[in-house]
Amino acid sequence: MAHNNLNLKLKVWRQKNANTTGAFVKYDVNDISDEMSFLEMLDVLNEKLIVTGEEPIAFDHDCREGICGMCSLYIDGKPHGPWEANTTCQLHMRAFKDGDTITIEPWRSNAFPIVKDLTVDRGAFDRIIQAGGYVSVNTGNAVDGNSLPINKDNADASFAAAMCIGCGACVAACKNSSAMLFLSAKVSHLALLPQGEPERKSRVLNMVAQMDKEGFGSCTNTGACEAACPKEISIANIARLNKEYLRAGLTAE
Amino acid sequence: MLNAKIPAGKLEEKWVDYKGHCKLVNPANKRKMEVIVVGTGLAGASAAASLGELGYKVKAFCFQDSPRRAHSIAAQGGINAAKNYQNDGDSVFRLFYDTIKGGDYRAREGNVHRLAEVSSNIIDQCVAQGVPFAREYGGLLSNRSFGGTQVQRTFYAAGQTGQQLLIGAYQALERQVALGNVTMYARHEMLDVVKIDGKAKGIIARNLITGELEKHFGYAVLLCTGGYGNVFYLSTNAMGSNVTAAWKAHKQGAYFANPCFTQIHPTCIPVSGDHQSKLTLMSESLRNDGRIWVPKAKGDNRKSIDIPEEERDYYLERRYPAFGNLVPRDVASRAAKERCDAGYGVGTSKQAVYLDFAAAIERYGKTEVSKQGLSNVSHEEIIALGKEVVKEKYGNLFDMYAKITGENPYEVPMRIYPAVHYTMGGLWVDYELQTNVPGLYALGEANFSDHGANRLGASALMQGLADGYFVVPYTLGNNLADEIYNAPIPTSHPAFEAAEKAVADRINTLKNINGKQSVESFHKRLGKIIWDKCGMARNAEGLKQAIAEVQALKKEFWSDVRIPGEINEFNPELDKANRVADFIELGELMCVDALARDESCGGHFREEYQTPDGEALRDDENFMYVAAWETTGEHEWALHKEELKYEVIKPSQRNYK
Repeated sequence: MAHNNLNLKLKVWRQKNANTTGAFVKYDVNDISDEMSFLEMLDVLNEKLIVTGEEPIAFDHDCREGICGMCSLYIDGKPHGPWEANTTCQLHMRAFKDGDTITIEPWRSNAFPIVKDLTVDRGAFDRIIQAGGYVSVNTGNAVDGNSLPINKDNADASFAAAMCIGCGACVAACKNSSAMLFLSAKVSHLALLPQGEPERKSRVLNMVAQMDKEGFGSCTNTGACEAACPKEISIANIARLNKEYLRAGLTAE
Repeated sequence: MLNAKIPAGKLEEKWVDYKGHCKLVNPANKRKMEVIVVGTGLAGASAAASLGELGYKVKAFCFQDSPRRAHSIAAQGGINAAKNYQNDGDSVFRLFYDTIKGGDYRAREGNVHRLAEVSSNIIDQCVAQGVPFAREYGGLLSNRSFGGTQVQRTFYAAGQTGQQLLIGAYQALERQVALGNVTMYARHEMLDVVKIDGKAKGIIARNLITGELEKHFGYAVLLCTGGYGNVFYLSTNAMGSNVTAAWKAHKQGAYFANPCFTQIHPTCIPVSGDHQSKLTLMSESLRNDGRIWVPKAKGDNRKSIDIPEEERDYYLERRYPAFGNLVPRDVASRAAKERCDAGYGVGTSKQAVYLDFAAAIERYGKTEVSKQGLSNVSHEEIIALGKEVVKEKYGNLFDMYAKITGENPYEVPMRIYPAVHYTMGGLWVDYELQTNVPGLYALGEANFSDHGANRLGASALMQGLADGYFVVPYTLGNNLADEIYNAPIPTSHPAFEAAEKAVADRINTLKNINGKQSVESFHKRLGKIIWDKCGMARNAEGLKQAIAEVQALKKEFWSDVRIPGEINEFNPELDKANRVADFIELGELMCVDALARDESCGGHFREEYQTPDGEALRDDENFMYVAAWETTGEHEWALHKEELKYEVIKPSQRNYK
């Protein structure tokens, strides 16, 4: 396939660590093939920086196939950039035009402190899971997998919620830095399955309490999270979360 | 000869007997015993969670920002288990047999049979954790078929089985973190094993945020750190996947087994240019409906759709009429390479073949016409109906292909080429998953034990979880039962101090080279050497050249690499430099191993050893052994052999014609 080369201007957030203030730094990148991924474009820039004695830009990434949830980046005001239902690592340079200026920022949220440049600490998500995002079953206790049939619609809806890759785009997209879409996906995944039933009430109460403790903001139902989610997690999960929370609150001991 | 300590007795009774007689550690003692788990993929997360549940004090380490991100997450297809839910003749024995045969008779019978035995428990455990496997309308679990088998035994969760299984194990792990049984160290990398009196007693880890070195004591160290496919630079592995933990163990005396056994997956999106950082897999399931071809004429530059049917060479169907496009991975990969090397490749790089869905689209379209009872349907309408069916089956893969290549695979054939995907080799372990260094274990892809010279699809997830959930909780206790008399060793012990100093010195040396070339540029050059000379096909002359080239590259790396930034800060370039330095040394050993194995088997294809029609030619008389390498000095290794005894299965030549 024929491809084009692009010359671009980048405005990248640089910040040495959590204790220093950061600033935008401008870079020119030239002869970028539009077949490259966005992260490969940053690789090219970093190689140039290293050879000229500058520090490369730190950004998180790992699988580069849209599933590990490690990559982030707020690109031109959108988490994971301009393509819908997409992660930054799967964004390709044909999304841009020659001469474009691209602004690149880290996830912006108090609950995700900056580690360096574009890298943030998303440990808050792990702590929310620790608060109750599991089924309390020890290895070796399980009965036969087919002993408990599960309605296919529920199994499919549970799976649709479980597709969450924990990247944090929903938090970054939200003007309040709310983690409700993430939490709702986690609560829905287990609330829709019979295995999740015994701990259904305590799970939602404890996970919501931990979310609040981490400093995430409130949900005002703007839907920005759903629009930014690379796995198209539905905002209907937030409605289910609210129902689960009310139900637990009204019927708890 | 190495002793794998496989229990005596009948094959199907070995594991049962072992479990009935192994030593136990009582709950009060478990609470006093610290155990270190490095890596939190399927093997590590399942092991850390299970050991925490048993009461051990577990310390778990991963280099990612969260244990949920380990590369097990990227597995697409599924996980095998001998449930026989389909009533199609599956059994523990059949899963065992398929795995041994798929591995081209280079795996251990005892281990593989145990794997097949516990496979059913894995599915039950995952369901109990809330893993949302695909289900039928009756509410029961769904299965599909995979390569190398004649039964449907693969359980799956759409195209992201790996992520769902890992989330299950991760959630179990986080539960133990909440209960205080597991301490999690994310963004930490293990940089050495600490040995005291010949036993593994801890690790040196580097906090990747601050750059500080930490000393951690443990009664045992479990390495669950995955495979080493990134030695090739380009692979389907995650960018961070590395051999460092396993290599450090090797440098501390652990044998590295069958390093040259690597799996090249036939259907990946081809390389598009020098900028390429990683390769993306297109699931094996596509070969059910796609037909693979190249032009019949050399150097044919026409567009795919302009090449008429009679001028296309469906080379797999031609060479392997019985299995056609569904031959095993190693066979399909070699056939693609053969065509491209002979000048028939397609695309700008000429290093690609077509995977074409046109025939499937038309076939499905016609089926829809008859299903829906339509008449007077135009060809265009048939094609439109067929595309709908294909979209439902493979839509997410077609979308991913379109994003990466900018081409529409509904209109033009996909271009594919083989890519490095999995490594069957790894640290040598005995039946208990213990390396030859007492107290040091290797689980999952990091060990060598179950897949022989070629792994079957949907078996990697099975092995990782078998090792972590159902094997190591028993075998670890058997060894730790003797350790209860020994007090924990403080990390002020001279052995810890010395290990920490050695790690710090190495980092300082690396950082102070202050050369001119980036880490990445060395990694790329290493990858090219290994791919060209120790990739899909190897020969003695090429391997000898590769060894010399890698040795020279090592010298150049240690005199001219440039690492920006500081040691005591978040510095991904420094992390990468450490890993690439280890990959270079491993690369040499892979070539040494490939050169010593004068036969072809599974993924190891030595050009000198092939049948007249180009198939792998095994030499069971001389090479039916595991090659376990001991490091004896710079560029020097000693070979230890573990004889493979086939007591139940009779090895034969694989035939797919």
